Amino acid sequence: MQEYYSLFSLPERYAIDPARLEDAYRSVQAQVHPDRFAHRPEAERRVAMQWATLANEAFRTLKSPLERARYLLERRGAPVDPERNTGMSPAFLMQQMEWRESVEEAASDAVELERLHRELARDERVMFDDLAQALDEAADLPRAGELVQRLMFMEKLRREITDALARLEE
Amino acid sequence: MALLQLSEPGDSPAPHEQRLAVGIDLGTTNSLVATVRHALPECLPNAEGDVILPSVVRFLRDGNTIVGREALAVQAQDPRNTIASVKRLMGRGLQDVDAPMRGRYDLLDAGGGMVRINTVAGPRSPVEVSAEILRRLRERAEASLGDNLVGAVITVPAYFDDAQRQATKDAARLAGLNVLRLLNEPTAAAIAYGLDEAAEGIYAVYDLGGGTFDFSVLRLARGVFEVMATSGDSALGGDDFDDALADWLHRKASGVDLDCSRSRALLAEARRVKEALSSAPVVTARVPLAADGVREVEVHAQDFVTLTQALVDRSLSPVKKALRDAGLGVDDIQAVVMVGGATRMPHVRSAVAKLFGRQPHTDIDPDKVVAIGAAIQANVLAGNRRPGEDWLLLDVIPLSLGLEMMGGLTEKIIPRNSTIPIAKAQDFTTYKDGQSAMAIHVVQGERELVQDCRSLARFELRGIPPMPAGGARIRVTFQVDADGLLSVTAREQTTGVESHVTVKPSYGLSDDEVAQMLKSGFEHAEDDMQARALREQQVEARRLIEATRQALTEDASLLSASEHATLLTEIEHLEALSTTPDHLAIKAGIDALSAATGDFAARRMDKAIREALTGARVDNL
Repeated sequence: MQEYYSLFSLPERYAIDPARLEDAYRSVQAQVHPDRFAHRPEAERRVAMQWATLANEAFRTLKSPLERARYLLERRGAPVDPERNTGMSPAFLMQQMEWRESVEEAASDAVELERLHRELARDERVMFDDLAQALDEAADLPRAGELVQRLMFMEKLRREITDALARLEE
Repeated sequence: MALLQLSEPGDSPAPHEQRLAVGIDLGTTNSLVATVRHALPECLPNAEGDVILPSVVRFLRDGNTIVGREALAVQAQDPRNTIASVKRLMGRGLQDVDAPMRGRYDLLDAGGGMVRINTVAGPRSPVEVSAEILRRLRERAEASLGDNLVGAVITVPAYFDDAQRQATKDAARLAGLNVLRLLNEPTAAAIAYGLDEAAEGIYAVYDLGGGTFDFSVLRLARGVFEVMATSGDSALGGDDFDDALADWLHRKASGVDLDCSRSRALLAEARRVKEALSSAPVVTARVPLAADGVREVEVHAQDFVTLTQALVDRSLSPVKKALRDAGLGVDDIQAVVMVGGATRMPHVRSAVAKLFGRQPHTDIDPDKVVAIGAAIQANVLAGNRRPGEDWLLLDVIPLSLGLEMMGGLTEKIIPRNSTIPIAKAQDFTTYKDGQSAMAIHVVQGERELVQDCRSLARFELRGIPPMPAGGARIRVTFQVDADGLLSVTAREQTTGVESHVTVKPSYGLSDDEVAQMLKSGFEHAEDDMQARALREQQVEARRLIEATRQALTEDASLLSASEHATLLTEIEHLEALSTTPDHLAIKAGIDALSAATGDFAARRMDKAIREALTGARVDNL
């Protein structure tokens, strides 16, 4: 399967220019989207669907800061296994439990849930900066892997908060 | 703007070479067909000058059908055999059908599959009923365009699930239409609206049709229509307002049970009153009684609002969900476009206005806008793109797709609002020693429990070699194509043994059933069917030969001398075959040439992408 960065002619780095990524994605889709081949023979339509599928997956992966980091770690031979929690510091595991408790306690308090959401988002931003440093400058893969695991947990927690807020709204 | 400068696989043809294609709005209440002629989209009328075809089919004892206005006119005389709102039954089992539809027709359970309607001409599937409507529209198009239609874009509610989409595609196949694409109705409306206004920004489309509700948020920027989120309710529409009003009128007038024919007359009267109330404060309804005669009941606009406000409110919850999914607030929306006849009701408009804090756009004819958008898209898909028409459409899947896990829980594989086409793979393992088969249950929906989601298909992966529990690695791959249709494959990874998978659609028709229906449609004209098959294959062969020749001219450099020679031989072979009357042989020749061009097509695609990205970079300098 074609590598995502080269599909979009982008340098294989964690730091990415979102506008350039989006331009490249649109240029590729303009070439390969099945709508461009609806009147063409079956073989071409099939190839178009495969390429458009690849372009969508590549764009989705590279656009997301977390997915992009996981992809780079996999490319560099250090894939993150979400099933395994090893490598997480006890301090983070502790904090993880505290956050969970706060979210459970705030279950029906929209203001408090939104505050937690903002707090998580702020912490995540700091960690994403560390992640960029670990991947692009220090080439410290174990460190990057640990950050990714933490961020995956935080993203999941943030999604739970969003779901809880959505339920409150309804 | 790089998009406008790209060269295309099939360059714009000269006007006389225009390939004719149509857009069809297959609606719950009304259907329309439109096309683009002389660069302008227009709805095509029938011989009497009507562009709207009521989606009503009457079955006669001899197997013939009457479709449209004539069928609508006699529905109260022959209610059991005159089918309206069949779209509500598409891709649905008997247990899914709501009470009003159950009361109206003699519905049959077809062994757990898609419901059947018992008519004087025998049981009919909703797919066959829809095919009758599509066939009339195809004939109408051929009468004004000639019979060389390349194909059709058929619109479906954005919130239609896989079974409903597949049923629509099957109906088109039965009606003899080549489906270029299934297009989501709000997206079609956005195309018609957005291209008309040439405006960039974020738009919301509120589409309340006869039987379905869709809400989509689209971003239109630099020639790309991108659906950001979609949501809806595939069982909410103008019909429900009619049912509520009919029920109320009946209770007011007598409350005594009506026979089938009178209750259909009542429903028609309720619809008339509903429509009249959009422009009058009070309307007098003539409500049929159980015995002969009618009773007059005065209906005030406020009565109707009170009766149906809950339905309007029901539409607002999907609106909020889509905005949340898109990460937007109401202030981010540049304009709200109203689509569908049911949006003529003032209290629907005011509810939308209140939520968004501004008046929605109602200036385009809500009945025609979907067909017009579909026609514009059909024209482009047929290869008639002209400079400046170089926009691209990126649509999404409306409902998450997943698998049933142990304990009746759903594991989501593809989340809703993912841009299509999309593919996702997930690995599973066996839970017993020596387990040789695995049942796979594909579901669609957002809920955690399988029983709350829609069952799409069940199949079994067989022939797994004996291994200890947890030893096998079974990769299940979901592929959703540009029509939003799903295909699933499963393969055991560790041994490299590929097991075969058969998909049995839960609420669809099998290929055999469709083939059987196609055949029975031609029962009295076996020759017709042969002739049509031959003509179709000849057209397909000619298209393939032309396309391959063109590709060879453009990109011969991508082939070795022997590859080039092989393709030329296959072309000559197919050319020879296509002069024979043997449609099966021509089909085999088409398959052979298609297979031979697979690699070549992939190389051409690769080259096109490389060139496009080089071009884009030059633009950025």
